[in-house]
Amino acid sequence: MRALTWHGKHDVRVDTVPDPEIINPRDAIIKVTSTAICGSDLHLYDAYIPTLKAGDILGHEFMGEVVETGPRSTLKKGQRVVVPFVIACGSCYFCGKHQYSACDNSNPADNQDISEELWGHPAAGLFGYSHMTGGYPGGQAEYVRVPYSDVGPIVIPDGVEDEKVLFLSDILPTGWMAAENADIEPGDTVAVWGCGPVGLFAVQSAFLMGAARVIAIDHFPNRLALARKFGAEILNYEDSKIYDALMEMTGGIGPDAVIDAVGMESHGLFADNVLDQIKATAFLGTERPHVLRQAIVACRKGGRVSVPGVYGGFVDKFPMGAFMEKGLTMKTGQTHVQHYLPGLLNAILEEKIDTTFLISHRMGLEDAPHGYDIFKNNQDEVTKIVLKPDMAKA
Amino acid sequence: MTDSTPAPDPEARDDAPRGTTRSARPDETQQERGETALAARTITINKRPEDVYAFWRDFSNLSGVMENVESITVRDDRTSHWVVSAPGGRTVEWDAIVTEDEPNRLLAWKSADGADVSNSGRVEFRDGGPRGTLVTATLAYDPPGGVIGKLVAKLFQKEPGIQQRRDLRRIKQFLETGEVSTSSPPNPAPKA
Repeated sequence: MRALTWHGKHDVRVDTVPDPEIINPRDAIIKVTSTAICGSDLHLYDAYIPTLKAGDILGHEFMGEVVETGPRSTLKKGQRVVVPFVIACGSCYFCGKHQYSACDNSNPADNQDISEELWGHPAAGLFGYSHMTGGYPGGQAEYVRVPYSDVGPIVIPDGVEDEKVLFLSDILPTGWMAAENADIEPGDTVAVWGCGPVGLFAVQSAFLMGAARVIAIDHFPNRLALARKFGAEILNYEDSKIYDALMEMTGGIGPDAVIDAVGMESHGLFADNVLDQIKATAFLGTERPHVLRQAIVACRKGGRVSVPGVYGGFVDKFPMGAFMEKGLTMKTGQTHVQHYLPGLLNAILEEKIDTTFLISHRMGLEDAPHGYDIFKNNQDEVTKIVLKPDMAKA
Repeated sequence: MTDSTPAPDPEARDDAPRGTTRSARPDETQQERGETALAARTITINKRPEDVYAFWRDFSNLSGVMENVESITVRDDRTSHWVVSAPGGRTVEWDAIVTEDEPNRLLAWKSADGADVSNSGRVEFRDGGPRGTLVTATLAYDPPGGVIGKLVAKLFQKEPGIQQRRDLRRIKQFLETGEVSTSSPPNPAPKA
């Protein structure tokens, strides 16, 4: 089959690779009909994530048709499914609490060592996202093996086109959980840093949860315009002083809840024996932790901090004083996708949430390397790229 | 009634489980057998103690889930023969003899005379209530080649402490999910 594979920094190629096979009883094989490039894929592209190997298939946002099932899969051939980016066994203590992204079992035993060393506990398995999260081949491919297929994939009713539901795989539930983690009360003012897909879905979700005002912060005019379309007030940090503006807009009180949908992505994902490299890469090379500091300083006293943005290592100069003295609460985490799928699918079918607005580009899988290039280099215009394996090369 | 705290060392000044103390080492009997290295680890398995014990007690179940174990042949109720892969493409073998057996609570073994690697250990099963069963595996062994050999084994990731950690995870995966999680096909050679 054809698949988008990683070969090094800014070097991704579409190669012919072996077709996936059923290995375990609960597996299924999915023929991919639509798959997206995620902002977090750019950090693989930029070679910031360790434990990625040449030839690894990327992609964790995908959907398709079931073409093969293991004896314990509950899926049936021909069903259309969206697959969560988090792989969860459904049987462990954490899955039992619906904390699917904390699954104890989905990361193969050998691959658990790195995250256990780095974070104290092993991470769950993810599709197409390096070997420390399992080494599972990803979805930017014609076919994917889906482990624990009786737990993750959600069946899509006939007649609902791919683009309406594809983002159930990651960014829609991630934006929703970001708003849920902000414990929004009716009438609240919520500030969202980052108007990428997750931030934009967090804006929509915050309004659905009763927020009276949402203030969206970014510097890409096109992305800010999308946030405004959903009713957010917008702030461009290249033009305005964000803390000052937020205080003026809220009469000095500050937002009730703040959402960091930027993160420092995975710039800190290095084992602690290369701490110096972390400092050089994460703290000198980027201003991103600045968002978290600014959000905490701007948040009202007693307010809530929600962090859907990805962090992997250490944050330097964390404003613990502001956090403690103002009595803030922080919630974060990789998304418990499986938990949110039924409710969010309904919200899409009832047209309470629109996801298609996000897609700026559609292309064949063969053009994926070009997609990575433009997604990285033109973030204002390129908000989301959907790859279609059956679309011809441009 | 849950019984979830691992037993502390009776001579210790705090309640830390044996194996996490700074001075943790094999007991005197084990040291007399040349077993100078100790590996101890607890994992929680979301099953009842009787289920975990029953799986473990039939040692032939373990060869399918323990990575470096090539075969386990059960000779009789108390004796099994283990063939384990070692660094450098070698294998090491021994007969394991059950020395203690308390159903649903404890299994202990030691290797018989003539073992390639002298080892002994115990697996304790404790009821963790709604969390399942706390399984504590304690392994004492005579590291082949002494400290250097242990380091070499670590480089090849066949050091018993590493194996034990990963094997406990595999056993947990198998008992909880019915399969051992894997991301690579058994035969990864490209097809024509």
